[in-house]
Amino acid sequence: MSQRVITYAEAVREAIGQAMEADPSVFMLGEDIGIYGGAFGVSGDLIQRFGPERIRDTPISELGIVGAAVGAALVGMKPIVEIQFSDFTAQAMDQIVNQAAKIHFMLGGELSVPMVLRAPTGSGTGAAAQHSQSLESWFAHVPGLKVVMPSSPYEVKGLLLSAIDDPNPVIVLEHKLLYKTSGEVPEEMYRIPIGVSNLVREGKDLVMVATGIMVSRCLEAAQELSAIGIDVSVVDVRSLTPLDMGPIEDQIRKTGRVMLVQEAPKHVGYMAEIAARISEGPAIYSLLEPIKRVCGMDVPIPYAPQLEKAVVPQLPGIISAAQELLRGV
Amino acid sequence: MATITPLLGNDAGAISESKEAALAALESLHSIRSFEEAVDGLFARGMMHGTMHLSIGQEAVATGVCAALKESDFITSTHRGHSHCIAKGADLTRMMAELLAKQTGYCRGRGGSMHIADAKTGNLGANGIVAGGIPIATGAALAQKMKGLDNVVVSFFGDGATNEGAFHEALNLAAVWQLPVIFVCENNKYGMSNSTEFSMNIGHIAERGAAYGIPAVTVDGNDIDAVYLAAKEAVDRARQGGGPTLIEAETYRHKGHSKSDKNLYRTKEEIEDWKLRDPIGKFEHLCMEKNLLTKEEVDQVNAKVRETIREAIRSASEAPDSSPDELISSVFRVA
Repeated sequence: MSQRVITYAEAVREAIGQAMEADPSVFMLGEDIGIYGGAFGVSGDLIQRFGPERIRDTPISELGIVGAAVGAALVGMKPIVEIQFSDFTAQAMDQIVNQAAKIHFMLGGELSVPMVLRAPTGSGTGAAAQHSQSLESWFAHVPGLKVVMPSSPYEVKGLLLSAIDDPNPVIVLEHKLLYKTSGEVPEEMYRIPIGVSNLVREGKDLVMVATGIMVSRCLEAAQELSAIGIDVSVVDVRSLTPLDMGPIEDQIRKTGRVMLVQEAPKHVGYMAEIAARISEGPAIYSLLEPIKRVCGMDVPIPYAPQLEKAVVPQLPGIISAAQELLRGV
Repeated sequence: MATITPLLGNDAGAISESKEAALAALESLHSIRSFEEAVDGLFARGMMHGTMHLSIGQEAVATGVCAALKESDFITSTHRGHSHCIAKGADLTRMMAELLAKQTGYCRGRGGSMHIADAKTGNLGANGIVAGGIPIATGAALAQKMKGLDNVVVSFFGDGATNEGAFHEALNLAAVWQLPVIFVCENNKYGMSNSTEFSMNIGHIAERGAAYGIPAVTVDGNDIDAVYLAAKEAVDRARQGGGPTLIEAETYRHKGHSKSDKNLYRTKEEIEDWKLRDPIGKFEHLCMEKNLLTKEEVDQVNAKVRETIREAIRSASEAPDSSPDELISSVFRVA
């Protein structure tokens, strides 16, 4: 029996709606999530279903919104914050980094912050440098925050429901180009555990390790590469904190070659952490070639479509990087 | 366990009108003063590390405000937060243990003076970030409203915090959502070394309430009756759904900002002048003048409190040092 197909945005909305039906302490707050339906249409008709108390439209006030979510979470609510663009988390960084991330540890463990912060992330919409960044390594660097980057409609529903259940602050970074993509998503509530990497394709020549939208781009590349006889594994990191290196190391042992693919700038990016972990462990002895990183350029995201495309990994670049890694085979 | 019974939920008019309330308030005031004098001494003798921010001279604000609160009400506090903790009913031994870096401290030695929280007494935490607690208080108040409870939340902060964006965003949200939160600004005239005259172009911080369309009032923060009466009015209004209030309590810290302060930015005369307006001496004098309390009764409270603090230091000192074994496992709560 074929499964129901919905978009990524619909999967997010369905997860939130089901969580709100199941638990009266779950509510959503963010800018223009009411009658407007959200800047990317994610909240949609939730305002009609749950009303303005629980689908709480806010003034433009990121620091205030996140702070309010932290305070509500401390006393037993389960807020889901939508920050309109992940770039705007910079406005709320004190509440995310100094408050939400630290309260449980710093205050001795009695209190905790079961808050979900969702934010559209990444480039590809021509919105330029202040609406297009990939800031995941900022959050992943702060002890006390969990960070997930769901790569498909199926992934986002399952990871978001786990994030809502989690008694800790969880940052959910949703690539804005994924919102309109479709995929099979079960209607029932299901959870994908946070902290488990996912082997999405198994090959024998090379493993691509990717986050967010780069997972589907690597799968496309793998498809094309298979036509010329190159057999690629793809691992979706899925959860940046906590990180599960298991499937990554397994595939390195099997293939001997690894490509690390992210949209964010290369310099001090998340893939540098994965490269370091590989280097620290026994998997490094299985490598036949040096680790290869395929990342965004170290520049702000530009406006012009040809420039915007040029600064983040695209399909041809991923394919040619794989071919380079397999040169001489 | 060394605890005092703080004055909470007073409903008998001004504190100086009831002997029972006056005795309880005096116990809070002296506990805060003695606790801080004790930790100041321990620090001077090298028995306490890090830094700390003392509220000596400001005790009437926390005590007067908490007198208007119920146990189930919440507070958020600041880096200068011992007074708020104690006035809301914290265990002095656990506070002392935290400052002495003990496993039995409120934060198990992970937070220190600036991060004491106590879920049991509704203290959502002191905060090392100026204005950091104000949006949090607003959110806790939102939760009370959404749950249909009649609890209120008090956010304590200093004059310096009112120049931070967090103050303005939080007041605006609380105002547009009419939340049960009382913003209590302890205006002690200085943000570290900078005076309020240097930092803002207004005469009274309460003027900032008008920008958000909420009631705001300036009171003498060294007059516990004035603080209590303003807080009671604001708390009653918030509990009845009337929304937030900004209270500016004018006061003064006798000690420096923190342990590194050489007091280069203010004169000895100014400090001595404010010591003459000491809130505890002022309140004791009033109670005796009104024949509400005798000198003996005042001395008894003082003696009792000093013994409680000595006991807190004794038991905290005997506790095991905080242990590194559980650091990694304490970052996240396990469901």
